[in-house]
Amino acid sequence: MRENKSKYSIDIEDLYVEYRTDYGVVKALNGMDLKIEHGKTLGLVGETGAGKTTTGLSILKLIPDPPGVIVGGSIKLDGEDLMEKTEKEMGQIRGKEISMIFQDPMTALNPVMTVEEQIAESIELHEQVSKSEAIEKARAMLELVGIPGERGKEYPHQFSGGMKQRVVIAIALACNPSLLIADEPTTALDVTIQAQVLEMMKELKEKYNTSMLMITHDLGIVAEICDTVSIIYAGQVVEHGNLEDIFENTRHPYTEGLFNSLPNLKDRKAKLKPIKGLMPDPANLPEGCAFCPRCDYAMEICKTQKPEKIYRNDGHYVRCHLYNEENIQEGRLETR
Amino acid sequence: MQNTTAPAVSRAEAVKKYKKTSQFGETMKRMARNKAAVLGLIILVALILMSLCADFLYDYDTYVVKQNIADRLQWPSAQHPLGTDEFGRDLLARIVHGSRTSLLLSFAAVALSLAVGGFLGAIAGYYGKWLDNLLMRIMDVILAIPMTLFAMVIVAALGASTLNLVIALSVSQIPTFARVVRGAVLTVKDSEYIEAARAIGQRDLSIISAHVLPNCMAPIIVQTTLRIAATITSTASLSFLGLGVTAPTPEWGALLSTGRTFIRDSSYLTFFPGLFIMITILSLNLLGDGLRDALDPRLR
Amino acid sequence: MSEAKDILLDVRGLKKYFNTKRGLLHAVDDVTFTIERGKTLGVVGESGCGKSTTGRAILHLLEPTAGEVYFEGRDICKMSKEEIRNMRTDMQIIFQDPFSSLDPRRTISEIIGEPLKINGIIKDKDARLERVLELMETVGLAERLVNTYPHELDGGRRQRVGVARALAVNPKFIVCDEPVSALDVSIQAQILNLMKELQEKMGLTYMFITHDLSVVNHFSDDIAVMYLGKLIEKAPAEELFEHPTHPYTQALLSAIPIPDIHHKRERILLKGEITSPINPKPVCRFANRCIHATDRCRQAEPQLKEISPGHFVSCFLVDDQ
Repeated sequence: MRENKSKYSIDIEDLYVEYRTDYGVVKALNGMDLKIEHGKTLGLVGETGAGKTTTGLSILKLIPDPPGVIVGGSIKLDGEDLMEKTEKEMGQIRGKEISMIFQDPMTALNPVMTVEEQIAESIELHEQVSKSEAIEKARAMLELVGIPGERGKEYPHQFSGGMKQRVVIAIALACNPSLLIADEPTTALDVTIQAQVLEMMKELKEKYNTSMLMITHDLGIVAEICDTVSIIYAGQVVEHGNLEDIFENTRHPYTEGLFNSLPNLKDRKAKLKPIKGLMPDPANLPEGCAFCPRCDYAMEICKTQKPEKIYRNDGHYVRCHLYNEENIQEGRLETR
Repeated sequence: MQNTTAPAVSRAEAVKKYKKTSQFGETMKRMARNKAAVLGLIILVALILMSLCADFLYDYDTYVVKQNIADRLQWPSAQHPLGTDEFGRDLLARIVHGSRTSLLLSFAAVALSLAVGGFLGAIAGYYGKWLDNLLMRIMDVILAIPMTLFAMVIVAALGASTLNLVIALSVSQIPTFARVVRGAVLTVKDSEYIEAARAIGQRDLSIISAHVLPNCMAPIIVQTTLRIAATITSTASLSFLGLGVTAPTPEWGALLSTGRTFIRDSSYLTFFPGLFIMITILSLNLLGDGLRDALDPRLR
Repeated sequence: MSEAKDILLDVRGLKKYFNTKRGLLHAVDDVTFTIERGKTLGVVGESGCGKSTTGRAILHLLEPTAGEVYFEGRDICKMSKEEIRNMRTDMQIIFQDPFSSLDPRRTISEIIGEPLKINGIIKDKDARLERVLELMETVGLAERLVNTYPHELDGGRRQRVGVARALAVNPKFIVCDEPVSALDVSIQAQILNLMKELQEKMGLTYMFITHDLSVVNHFSDDIAVMYLGKLIEKAPAEELFEHPTHPYTQALLSAIPIPDIHHKRERILLKGEITSPINPKPVCRFANRCIHATDRCRQAEPQLKEISPGHFVSCFLVDDQ
């Protein structure tokens, strides 16, 4: 087991990322905070355009530049500041220390290379091994994700969607990274296949003590696989806590809105209570709280001032003007 | 709905203040940002203006047709800005008048082949199956014959005249357009909005004209500008072979090919017609590229 | 047909085969069901199970290979092209992808007004615009959007345009093909509520195709489960969720991720993946993934059977009980 220099596998503080285009500055991340302890899984939950994928790409320093610019903040991988790394050093970190799984397994694999070659490629790149050793290890990785090793000689088109995603996961885990970023890894898969893949990821993560950033929009997946949750809205975490904090002691009106939008399996006739309105345009964010225009509890102060973090306990915080040190403990939102 | 008829008109009137951003206006606005395309447009407009005003600039009989052996093969000078040809006629006058024939011929020929080829390609792509096979195999046969040869055969059979030349030039290009349009239609026809149009009971031909073709514009426009350029050069080759425009009528291709005889001592005779052909083709290509981007409403 | 029930749509033995290079693809294979007027039938299944094809074959957007589709007692499959065209005003469709189902070169009012124009329902231009505005209000689109283009709108608003277009001709029946799958949860809930309201107000009948089981449970009166072109189970929604009988349905239901941290359950993990229905043998198509499969399942094909009122299952296991 590796030695840890810091308590956190990844520690992002106050990160600002902008996309500067001819048509205006899109503020993708606005003071993003994110911490994952070693071996734990964080669920990053939010809607399209909230900045989930940008967060993942920032960690790998793969923000397309131009137009993307990291304006400020720090990203620390096990205590080491990634902002100071050169492109060459980052090349060593990507795939070795941090790997990423993308949403669409159909396009993530090279169609003209065999599956085992693609896994071996990453191993050869980061470990001092010969080609045959790398291939051998690649086959072992395939077995690990539940694919017979001899199928490694086949090409991606001979695999089904779920199998391809397993291969992608095998590539990501090949060098035993300390952090795995999974960007909606099961969205493109059918529900029974999703269950298989999630089950496998859970096992592997425990086996290798890998930390994981699970980017998703599905609170059901979060409940199943994550330890802590960050709810992101307009490029900032609006509520963070462990599963119990978020699911049982929901504080932020946006988090509550997300839950109310989901159909309830137990009470099928319950009417859905969607959040009104739409995500704000990231090129033109409101002056105060970004959620204010959609919030049922909005007050005057919300229009002009950005809320600060209020802690309910050591891990659970919320950014909302409804709360202060006194009422954060009992202050559950009134049901509308 | 009956009870709403009274305030109805007023409401329909009321929303008219939300102006529809005209497709044309938006396209022009997007194009204005593309400097190369604007340049192409300016040159093309200038060329068209030039051909429209040809009669005001130079009298056809005095300058373009009438021979003046005394002034033959003179290099450019103040009196003849681009020099004179082997019969002492002013080259600039002949180029200006020649633009009429050249531009008109190629525009007409391309328009005709676009109409016919576009229609065939659209129905082949939309209906598919045996109709597609039949039409496209016929197109392949035509495509197998070299364009100039094909045009020669047609002109030889029908006789040399401007109309026949247009027909000759267009028939040989029909397959090109049919292919391009068919390809574009194939990518558009499986879109859900086409299915939606069928679901509301729209007829096939009306779907093709209202939904399929407008969304195929980009490749068609690019192809059109490219083909106009190619047609100008083809006209030149046919004229050179004596199958194009007949003798005293000036035409850029013809000017270029007669100039070749004198290329050693009077290189300007080939240089200037060639320059005009090149500028025209360049402006068409610039404009075509710009239009393709500007016509896509999704790009802002 | 029983007297008590008002059956709007009656599908019998519907088949749709496609010729592919590798053989005959049985996309929809002998599917039979009915939908009552004013009710919603949810159709669920994984990608490639034929649920979308079924919807399109019913609307005759795809020509069915065989079978009968009775709409208000008339068989659509026996109609002439012209009759089908007239039928279009009664049956409509809402598509999955609000990005590709709207013509990018048409304004919102043109898109919504088109069905009225084509079917000659309202010929006067101003009166048509009036009706378009009314429809826009119905689906919750602001008046000022009347002359915008689809690309200027977000996904939720686009889907509202899609709904308005379907409603324009006052249909009785709408096939909803994954209408909310491409949308964010908060927007998804807005659209689902809208569709439900419209159903109550206008007495619409829906066929709701989706892969999302929690949505279908919320939205449907009856649920049909499809697997590889076959309808394997159909029951009232509550019955299906409480007593799933087909092993595939059971696995499917147990695989739904539930946003509740105290919800513990036995998950049935299926082995393998869905195969393609090309030249299928006349055996149970689920047999090679089924934990209960016996020799009988690999030798013969089970038929749809009513095990309790309204609950149909196609599995040999129910015979044994």
